[in-house]
Amino acid sequence: MHQGFSRVVLALAVASTVAVLAMVAMPVAGQGQAPAYRAPRTPDGKPNLNGIWQANNEANYDLQAHMARPAMALRAGPYGPLPAAPVLALGAIGAVPPGPGVVEGGDIPYLPAALAQKKKNQDNWLTSDPEIKCYLPGVPRATYMPYPFQLFQSDKALFIAYEYAGAVRNIYLKDPGPAPVDSWMGQSVAHWEGESLVVDARGFNDQSWFDRAGNFHSDALHVVERYTRVQPDVLNYEATIEDPQVFSRSWKISMPLYRRLDKGAQLMDFKCVEFVEELMYGQYRKKPLSQ
Amino acid sequence: MWAGAVACSIVAASLARGPVAGQAPARASKAPTTATAYTMPRTPDGHPDLQGTYDIATITPIERPPQYGGRLILTEQEAAALERGESARVARGAQPSRGDREAPRAGGNVGGYNNFWIDRGDRVITVDRQRRSSLIVDPVDGRIPALTAAAQKRNADRRDPSPDSNEAQAGESRGAFDNPEQRPLGERCLLGFSSTSGPPTLPNYFYNNYKQIVQTPGYVMILNEMVHDARIIRIGGQHLPRDIRKWNGDSVGRWEGDTLVVDTANFTDKTRFRGSGAQLHVIERFARVDADTLLYRFTIDDPTTFTKPWTGEYPWPATDQPIYEYACHEGNYALGDILRGERLLEKEAEEAAKTGKTGAKR
Amino acid sequence: MHRSLLTIAGALGVATVIASVAFAPVSGQTPAAGQTPAARPAAPRPTAGPAQTRATARPYSPPRTADGHPDLQGVYDTSTLTPMERPTAADTMSEEEARRIEQQTAARKERASLPSNASRQAPPVGGDGSTGASGNVGGYNNFWIDSGDTVVVIDGQRRTSIVVDPPDGRIPRRPAGGRGRGAAAPAALGPNSDAAENVVTAARGAYDNPEQRALAERCLLGFGSTSGPPALPVLYNNFKQIVQTPGAVMILTEMNHDARVVRMEQPHRPANIRMWLGDPVGHWEGNTLVVDTTNFTEKTRYGGASPELHIVEHFSRLDDRTLLYRFTVEDPSPNSPWTKPWTGEYTWRLAAPDDHLYEYACHEGNYALGDILRGERLLEKEAEEAAKQR
Repeated sequence: MHQGFSRVVLALAVASTVAVLAMVAMPVAGQGQAPAYRAPRTPDGKPNLNGIWQANNEANYDLQAHMARPAMALRAGPYGPLPAAPVLALGAIGAVPPGPGVVEGGDIPYLPAALAQKKKNQDNWLTSDPEIKCYLPGVPRATYMPYPFQLFQSDKALFIAYEYAGAVRNIYLKDPGPAPVDSWMGQSVAHWEGESLVVDARGFNDQSWFDRAGNFHSDALHVVERYTRVQPDVLNYEATIEDPQVFSRSWKISMPLYRRLDKGAQLMDFKCVEFVEELMYGQYRKKPLSQ
Repeated sequence: MWAGAVACSIVAASLARGPVAGQAPARASKAPTTATAYTMPRTPDGHPDLQGTYDIATITPIERPPQYGGRLILTEQEAAALERGESARVARGAQPSRGDREAPRAGGNVGGYNNFWIDRGDRVITVDRQRRSSLIVDPVDGRIPALTAAAQKRNADRRDPSPDSNEAQAGESRGAFDNPEQRPLGERCLLGFSSTSGPPTLPNYFYNNYKQIVQTPGYVMILNEMVHDARIIRIGGQHLPRDIRKWNGDSVGRWEGDTLVVDTANFTDKTRFRGSGAQLHVIERFARVDADTLLYRFTIDDPTTFTKPWTGEYPWPATDQPIYEYACHEGNYALGDILRGERLLEKEAEEAAKTGKTGAKR
Repeated sequence: MHRSLLTIAGALGVATVIASVAFAPVSGQTPAAGQTPAARPAAPRPTAGPAQTRATARPYSPPRTADGHPDLQGVYDTSTLTPMERPTAADTMSEEEARRIEQQTAARKERASLPSNASRQAPPVGGDGSTGASGNVGGYNNFWIDSGDTVVVIDGQRRTSIVVDPPDGRIPRRPAGGRGRGAAAPAALGPNSDAAENVVTAARGAYDNPEQRALAERCLLGFGSTSGPPALPVLYNNFKQIVQTPGAVMILTEMNHDARVVRMEQPHRPANIRMWLGDPVGHWEGNTLVVDTTNFTEKTRYGGASPELHIVEHFSRLDDRTLLYRFTVEDPSPNSPWTKPWTGEYTWRLAAPDDHLYEYACHEGNYALGDILRGERLLEKEAEEAAKQR
């Protein structure tokens, strides 16, 4: 980018930088016990995490343990919640599959006002979840979206390309300093701790969510991720989440990520922007489609 | 580059070039010749290390301006003059705005990006120590070959703007605001404009011209800054089945000596680079010239569109600047407003017609 | 299920079906000998399983799985002529009495299997007033019904009821008007899991919403608590299949293809995770598989119970062809429909090798539920129009 522009952005970002710096001392939680498995190494001696990976769980529906629900958007029925009218036609496809949860300890320690906001988010899911509009997924949500992602690891770079929305993250190996501007995917800096790749991600805006259940964060979000290869085709993924504006303490999610072993496994095009144009702009067509 | 602010306005296209003068015709560089004792950095598997972040912006146009005739090589004086001209333009654009100026005329072009946004490069390219008047080196006239008759007919039948056009080009045709699908891909945040992601990857002469390359044993990933498109190039193997089409085509790479050769096919008919279609076939060559420079060369091989293949090349200079998130769709108020504005104009015209007044004119 | 039923297995869900309560009359005479059920602990303490109690009496050594536990696997037919609750004062019946009942049943089936009289009149409009599986305008005829040919035999005793504790063979319901059933089943909720399909036919407004229809009519669970727990014999589709692995025992209930996965040696799921069939966890006590189930929803409410319903089941082998299935039921909530925990037991008989368990597809062919509601809307409209014309 333009250097002059960069300086302007940096100037604009001074205020938030102060806030970010105040958080630097956050304890890095989530060190699991040393895994017995020793991953194959890249030529520079690091655990080799290259590959196409994907979560296989219900975390994107709801990070917490949950029973099946009739739909993501609900309305009151005479005998309990029923699918809201706009999603009714999806039938069983629109239901929320049950999941045992990925939050360690089960609870997300919301501050009281934030908990109310979370419920509001969930109640207004259909108009509020950024995934519906194909917005960039943020972190850690990008990891457990129901789409694969590809991790590129060389001696000089770490880069993650996500199939969903074509989201990307360059993972800095050397800290470039505070992010000059907030962003959807944040700014990530990695280092190695034994078998684990530890990614420190900050500089987020407050727009992304954690799941389809309305779990959310502010622009004070700080995520520490740990990627540990625990079997040839399994990564253990942990994300410790801190956001003093939303949570009373840091909390952690963990899950396995599986290598896509499918024949011809690859990242394919999922430019969903195209798919949401009717939703977002259809009303402005010269001849709107009939409802 | 700047996230969120997208797509609204009049953008100088690759055609709008400053006058370029020159004298000696020259052939294209064959390969990055190693004039100096340069030691190629290599990845652990022995291939040239192409990794890094590159700023590919340049003021050298894709096609050679007619005044140069067939001449590829500019004199140093010509090149310096062009660069001075660009610097002066930037300096003028960077002047503080006049606080006492009048508002723009109602209905007129109210302006889109000012100089703050624009980052289109300030250098004429240098390849083989030659200052160049165009990216295209073959044909020797530096111009894109004529379209075949079939392609001309095909394109004449197309209602919609060619998606690799810049944002402004799509504004003139009648009905161009009827549907979002008629707006250029850049305006829709589907791809950057002017084939910035490619292939062929071209300077867009506007902004967000950064690339990042990451190499792993099986893949080369090229990130295009604009609209965060990661092209994932498989090394070795076959193209995907013909029925799997990709926005940036399906890229398969191989090493020919120290050159990465990338063959791309399986395009959609949504990109239609320079009037081509889904049959577009692009061969790219990436070679390291020195510690700070890649040479990028591309050949367009599409007999269904062009009367002959054509080739261009230009350097990718490394930069130590970081690439920031390019979120586009997330803040794309423009597309909805553009369509909504047109509906409003239509309504006003309709009402004016009813009341017998002259309708609003665009 | 019966092979003869196979071809129409998919077309379920229609109309009036009697539940497990509607049994052929069973009478008895001989009181239980020796090991009366009452002598065994009735509370749901998974300590003194019946198989252990009987181990001394019958030195049967069950086949074992590779990990050394009794092998309970197989396909079982759980149908029986013995009713849930005892219709008489006797605990057991004589062999002659049992044979008589079984012969009566066989004769009834033979009669019912005769070809229909093609020249009979159509049933009267609105039904003939009879009830039950083949009552009214006719639901299932004998072809469909597969509710057992034999009475339960345990320890050589021919049983007159599945309930063994209390010793009177009757479920210890709270008296009407007290806490319990009425209080536990608010009118806003639909019929219980043990309801027959036609249980609310007569209730006013019972056709207002799909949620008010019986779970079986909605193809959510089989009727009559066939899946349980407690798993009880019903009108038809009484097959179960057990598959054992070291970490889990799977019990398939034929009707509505419900696979209960009993996780072995695991704690229950968190209290906020409720399951249609509850959350079953198992362990071995000697040769007996003990399954403890909690975390029910408020959708089943077996017998009017609250979601706090707690079922302990004991599975043990009596011989190579027979499982003993024993269950103890309690509802620790103040709204328990029962005055105390109670226990039942009956046998699961290994199905003949050529008698397979076929697919039970229900919802996929459930024209009935929509038609039942649509019919009621039609009746209402007709009534409205009739009222206008009056």
